[in-house]
Amino acid sequence: MISATDIIRSAAAEVCRPWLRHILPHADWTALAQAAPAEAWTLLAHWADTVQAHALFLDPEALRIVPVSTPVEAGRYPGLSPHIPSASLYERMVHDLWGHIADGATDLRPWLDHGNWPLSPPMATRPETRPPGGPPLLTGPEQDDAMIVPLGPIWGRLDEAAHLRLTLHGPYIRQAESLLGFTHKGALTMMRGKSPRTAARFAARLAADATVAHSVAFAHATESAMDVEVPQRAIGLRMVMMEIERIAVHLDNLTEVARLAEAGTVRTKCGTLREILLRATAAAFGHRLMMDCVVPGGVAADIAENGPETILRALGAIASEIPALRRLHDGPALSSRLLGLGRTPGATSGIAGRAAGHAFDVRTHFAPGYGSLLPRVAVLRDGDAAARQHLRLLEIEESLRLIGLTLDLLPSGPTTAALPQASGEGIGCAESSRGDVWHWLRLDHGQIAAVFARDPGWAQWPLAERALRRVEAEDVDLVRASLALPASGVDL
Amino acid sequence: MPNPDPPEPIDPETTATLAARLEAASQAHLGRALAIRHINTGSCNGCELELRALQNTFYDLERFGLRFVESPRQADVLLVTGPLTRNLKVALEQAWDSAPEPKWVVSVGDCAVDGGVFKGSYAVLGGTGNCVPVDLTVGGCPPTPARVLAALRTLLEANAK
Repeated sequence: MISATDIIRSAAAEVCRPWLRHILPHADWTALAQAAPAEAWTLLAHWADTVQAHALFLDPEALRIVPVSTPVEAGRYPGLSPHIPSASLYERMVHDLWGHIADGATDLRPWLDHGNWPLSPPMATRPETRPPGGPPLLTGPEQDDAMIVPLGPIWGRLDEAAHLRLTLHGPYIRQAESLLGFTHKGALTMMRGKSPRTAARFAARLAADATVAHSVAFAHATESAMDVEVPQRAIGLRMVMMEIERIAVHLDNLTEVARLAEAGTVRTKCGTLREILLRATAAAFGHRLMMDCVVPGGVAADIAENGPETILRALGAIASEIPALRRLHDGPALSSRLLGLGRTPGATSGIAGRAAGHAFDVRTHFAPGYGSLLPRVAVLRDGDAAARQHLRLLEIEESLRLIGLTLDLLPSGPTTAALPQASGEGIGCAESSRGDVWHWLRLDHGQIAAVFARDPGWAQWPLAERALRRVEAEDVDLVRASLALPASGVDL
Repeated sequence: MPNPDPPEPIDPETTATLAARLEAASQAHLGRALAIRHINTGSCNGCELELRALQNTFYDLERFGLRFVESPRQADVLLVTGPLTRNLKVALEQAWDSAPEPKWVVSVGDCAVDGGVFKGSYAVLGGTGNCVPVDLTVGGCPPTPARVLAALRTLLEANAK
């Protein structure tokens, strides 16, 4: 069989900064899909525009990112899912938004489109109006007498809207099937035709727990496409914001898991530490969640004059509690609930991946600025909920170190670069608290012609369906919280 | 652990307006406590992150008799976030139908007030008011926990008058 690298080498290519995007005929696209799993290439994202289908691969051997495309002919392109199962959700999304059909796809049921939009498909060149109502979204249970527990879309206490259907065998979950799309807001359509500066507000609102990560990845993609150099001070401030976001979201997750596991001390401690950090962040950057603080070309505003001290004081409070938090996670209240729960063998990215022995973190290779700080990627082996919570504590410690270093070395100078009315194509990435975020866009004279944002949630939901098998039904909230399952970022 | 924040002053004008509207029905049914059911109609999760902060020691909303409940059937207040996506309209209607009378609807966040940045998208209806009657709105993207708490306490005070 021809190797993936050979297929890429012989293909035509277009500039998609900082890499080349390879244009493959249908036969080569399918051959690449066949070769990818054998060579352990990971599918990072799969999306489309009006004329092409795109895919983003990671070659773990050479540590390079490979964007590829194939033309859509008469509304069809060869599906990836027969060879790469994780492509299935993307193919359903491509069908819902652009109307392209993936030939041979394992599943083409609606995903984002629940039959309620007045236009369909909304991102096609000429969407058609249509009456409301659509086909059923979930197929019936495998057997008639199975016990089915439908959860959501409105569920939990303060949660995102998603639907999970559990098929039970006694008290255990035999099968978990997710359905998303409830929070679809049409963000990609809203971004199209706007300048990157205006569209950044939508990138910042794809998923609030990764608002900085999405903003940074979007800004990156824009700056790559325009070939703009960002001032060093802005790169430093972005890193500070990304690491603050990571700590704050991890603390929120530790609070939530402790609440569900009824571990009151951890819940109170982590909730308090998070609030201390958010107040310091508001004082330093002007917004508690740092929404809209990162913009294409740099950052929206410089850090407040006493901002670094305020941040460092809050970080000191967090650092002093980490040993106690670690002890409490080893204590009976949490370990009895979390050990062995919701294992994720084979996870390859994000917290779930690193808690199961797979050290993938885009900060080490692909995200600018981090190189000189040599970020240490914590990895644990067990892959269960206990490992994920311990990993979060380790990541908080590493983020504390990275923020300290960055603030120490923060160069003075401007915080934004001017954006030209340029045309071009670019890809950007960032490591959010949940995993790797990727943004792709094409600019036409300074306006967005096509765009896609890949939230880590695309990898998290299929993983959750596997992790929930054979878990007791009453632990479903705990597993969901420890995997930090998102909705909005995936729903677009 | 630090002490909770001191309570903030309350806007007397809003209190009076609300009191007039609530007086007729509420007094017999509600005391100085409100059960709140959160309904997500397509939020980006920013409002939820800030609403969760209401439960930490700084805001501690339960000291005012405010608590989040898990079913609209137990709720006095439906607290709605998100621009009301078309895919969640039915969910909001069902939640509203199943909450017992008297009930109050509070829209939290710019999205829930009028659709926010997503106003005009094919996928959203643009705010809670397009589906159910709204009694109180709290703007902000997302609103700070202090603002949400002040609004909920206004409702509580109006309710007790």
